[in-house]
Parts: sequence; structure tokens; C-alpha cells
Amino acid sequence: MQLHNLTIREAHELLTTKKISSVELTQAMLDRIHDVDKKVKSYVTVTDDLALEQAKKADERIAKGENVTPLTGIPFSMKDCISTRDVRTTCSSKILENYVPQYNATVTNKLADSGAVLVGKTNMDEFGMGSSCENSALFPTHNPWDLDRVPGGSSGGAAASMSASLCTFSIGEDTGGSVRMPAGFTNVTGIKPTYGRVSRYGLIALASSFDCIGPMTRDAYDCATVLEHIAGHDPLDSTTYNSPVPNYTANINKPVKGMKLGIPKEYFVAGMEAGVESAMQEAIRTYEKLGMEIHEVSLPHTKYGLPVYYLLLFAEASANLARMDGTRFGLSVSDGAKDVIDIYLKTRHEGFGDEVKRRIMLGAYALSAGYYDAYYLKAQKVRTLLRRDFETAFSNVDILLAPTCPTTAFKLGEKTSDPLEMYLSDIYVVATNPAGVPALALPAGFSNNMPVGMQLIGKHLDEATLFQVAHAYQQVTDWHKQQPTL
Amino acid sequence: MTQTIDTKTVKHVAFLVRLGISEEEAQTFSGQFSSIIDYFNMLNEVDTENVPPASDIANAENVLREDVVKPSMSREEFLKNAPNSERGYVKVPTVLGDE
Repeated sequence: MQLHNLTIREAHELLTTKKISSVELTQAMLDRIHDVDKKVKSYVTVTDDLALEQAKKADERIAKGENVTPLTGIPFSMKDCISTRDVRTTCSSKILENYVPQYNATVTNKLADSGAVLVGKTNMDEFGMGSSCENSALFPTHNPWDLDRVPGGSSGGAAASMSASLCTFSIGEDTGGSVRMPAGFTNVTGIKPTYGRVSRYGLIALASSFDCIGPMTRDAYDCATVLEHIAGHDPLDSTTYNSPVPNYTANINKPVKGMKLGIPKEYFVAGMEAGVESAMQEAIRTYEKLGMEIHEVSLPHTKYGLPVYYLLLFAEASANLARMDGTRFGLSVSDGAKDVIDIYLKTRHEGFGDEVKRRIMLGAYALSAGYYDAYYLKAQKVRTLLRRDFETAFSNVDILLAPTCPTTAFKLGEKTSDPLEMYLSDIYVVATNPAGVPALALPAGFSNNMPVGMQLIGKHLDEATLFQVAHAYQQVTDWHKQQPTL
Repeated sequence: MTQTIDTKTVKHVAFLVRLGISEEEAQTFSGQFSSIIDYFNMLNEVDTENVPPASDIANAENVLREDVVKPSMSREEFLKNAPNSERGYVKVPTVLGDE
């Protein structure tokens, strides 16, 4: 038995039957991080002392049999855009490189309350802006399946830490595919929940109307378990839903026979890698064998998803990042500054990477007088059409299936010189965020020895169906059990 | 429709977002912005006559609460992250010109 390879429920079983302790499990994970992460570079900060302290407390809880949850004593990693009190939270940016929050995100508090053990914070594209983790201002993360390739982004560190078994689960964040795209590149299961299902309080905002925190795990069952513990209403985030969080694992074993699976034709077009296409066809056949009805559906505005997403993201990000101004926290460059504006100009010039600069400038452009109607307002109107596409599709089917990316993981450096080409790698994952619908990515096979990801897209607040359909697939396939050699 | 975003416009939007920018950077961004905006112009193909703009995606109603005083972060705690402070305030150079 290798402790780092356990699923959450396997580890929970061993912990509660006292076959292992959380301190042992956590120490094994930390040892592996210090050994293997030199190659993968998924962690920005490893929280050894805090982790062992939390593990000791978890062991006490288990010994007393008090307040034991499925996550008690389980080691996890978290994307470095989610605030952790007294633990550096960088967003992989120079401007926050030494920023230590004075408060916890709601998700951080919920996980601490459940008894989960934080082993570290993971690398990301700076402020979530990127699709390869190469925009991290600290260092790039490598794909555990081929160290010359990217893990995807922006939750590339979270995905790589999960894929390389450097945690038992990971918390990512998905603004326009940032959980699903890297999950697909690294053979991990991950969900972008419905917008408003998980509190954003303490999440350092990229685009406030898209941002969704979501778990990344070994399988759909674990993913359901973690979401149950982090979802729910939060008075500190008025966009969270008031509706109760279902017990996602309760009905996960229900057969999928007779359910309707929609295949959006716009996602199956020229330009898809042959191995990705054949993996999707194989997955559809698997669902057919499980008794699902397969229907072709149309999401006619799919190709506009990318410009809608990016325009609105640029606009929202340019406003959100205004707070990084060198006066109250973070980097401050004041040498020779004659007034406060000078501090802003110098701090932001030095503190932001090129992609961040591009996006906040383009956001200001799209919002500025003379261009607002043509870009920002137009994008919000087409966003309405994107939402209607999903509503129409879901009046006929229960769930949709699509690839997470037209290709498998690309090489480091392959797309860094052309920002637009990098944006295009998000083509299959961005449309869900402007619509707010939930989507779950899961492993669907391999193409040229690299993992292929597929995503299931569901109705608003219907994560339960996503878990059920993903779990059914994972009962008859073992792609999700394949692990990289490191 | 090809739209060029010249360096003057780049410098203008850089200032709007309070970002210092060099001449060389302005030139690089100018080329990149033109191709990105050109791609975005595909939205012009979409007929949005009578389509309302999306304004919210989760709860459609305003969320209100009583204005009750609750304990919050102490001033001392807050100032831990401030690069420069004095007598309990964040300190910055001149905001309004006095020359």
C-alpha cells in the first residue's frame, strides 16, 4: 500500500479503522513532495509545520470519534489564489509574492472545519491568466506525464500536484476552464460547479461573474465528497445560492440507463487531434452500452464563446486588479515617486507580468468611451445567447459531453509567443462560465501517451447528475486509475 | 475589418489602468492588441437586435441585510501588510498637488 496513491475514501477507511494515522499519511505526502516536486514544480509553498499540526488535531478527533468527516485527516493542496491566514498567498504574481493574508477564504475555513490537512499552495498562471501555467511569475509547472509539456492552466499546479500524487485532493479555481483544461491534460477529475454554488469570499478575484472554486481529485466519487464540504450559502458572498447542498454521493451509484446524453455538434469539428476525437467516440459508445440515449444537439453560438469570455474577463479583471496598487498590501515600488499615481505606475509596471498587462489594458479599452457598446455591451448580449443555447439544449437532454481541449498537452514554450493562439486552447471550456452552468472534467483515454480529457456539462445546480454520470463511466473504465511514472 | 491599435492608444489605456509602460512595450502590445481585437470583431456577425445584455448569472435579486456592527480585523492586524504606515494610517505620498 502506498499512502500517496489512496483515494479520499480509501484513506478515510484506513484512518477511521486506525490502520494509519493522519500524521503518517501527511508525513508520507510531505516526504514525497520534497522528493518528486523538484521535477514537477507544482507547489509554490509547502506548509510542513501547519500540515503536521493539523494532522495531529485530526488524529485526536478520530481517536475521540468526535466530529469526524470524510475529509478529516486527509492531505490536500490549494490553488494559490485562495486566501490562507498566515500562509503566503501569491497568485503566482510578483506583486503578491510576499503577501500573507490576515484572514481565511470561506473555503479555507470550511476545509479546516472538516478536518482536512493543508499541505501546500499550488502554482498557477499569474492571477489565473493563462492556459499553461507558464504565465506564473515564479516558475513554470511541468506535466507529470511528460516533463517537457505543460500541465495546462490556470490551475496547472493543482492539476499536477493531484496527477503526481502529491496530495489526496486539490482545490482549484475555474474562471474559463482553469480546472477542467488542466484536469484533462494531466488525467485528473475536476469540477467547475454552478456559479454561486461555492463561496468566493477570500478568493482573489479574476472575473467576479465567472470565478468558481472547484475540487480536483482522483475520481468522481472523491470530487462529490469534497464539493459537499465546500459548497453552500455564505453571508459573505451574496452571489451564493441559498438552496441546500445535496448529498452528492448518496445517489452516485444510480444507473444512468435511459438518461439522455447530448453531443453538441459544434464541439466536434475540424482541428481536433485524431486521438482526442477517437477517445470521445469511444466514451460515447461506453455510455451507449450503459443504456444512455445519445442525441446530437446544437449550441449554435459556441464559436462566439471565446470572444465573449475574453472580452468580459478583460473588463472584469481590469477593475478587480485595480486593488493591486502598492499602497495597502503587496509589492510597493516607491523609489523616486513624486506622488501616489507614480507609485501605482511603478508598482504595477514592475509587479505584473505581460499577460496581466495585456488583459487589464484590453479590459480598459473594451470599457472605454467609444468602445463600450461595440465590445463590452455586445459581449454581454451574446452572452445571453450563449445561455439560451444551453437552456434550449437542456430542454431535450439531461447532460452534454464534449472534449476539454482539441489537443493533448502541448510543449513548454510552444504557444508563449502568440497570446491569441494560447487563448484558442480554451475554446471548449470557456462557454460554460459565461452561462454559469456546471461542468465536470474526467479522464477519457490517451493519445500518443498523453491523457485526453472529456467534460460533462449539466444544468444549473445539477452537479448530482454530473457526478452520477461520471461515476458510471469510471465504474467501467480505468483511465482515471492510470498514473504517470516519475 | 482590420483595426489597428496604435502606440498612442496603448499608452492611453495603460494610463487608464495606472500601468507604467515603456516605448518598446507599447510597440509590442500594439501589434498584439490589433490581432486580438481583430479576432473579437467576429462578434459583429451576431444579430443581437432585441437581445438584452446578461447582467447576472446566479441570484437575480438584491441581497440585503441589517447593518449591524460586528468585530472586524484590528487596525494593527490590517497594517501588517501595509508597505508604509504612520500612527495607525496607511501612508502614501502626495495625492493632491500642493505646488
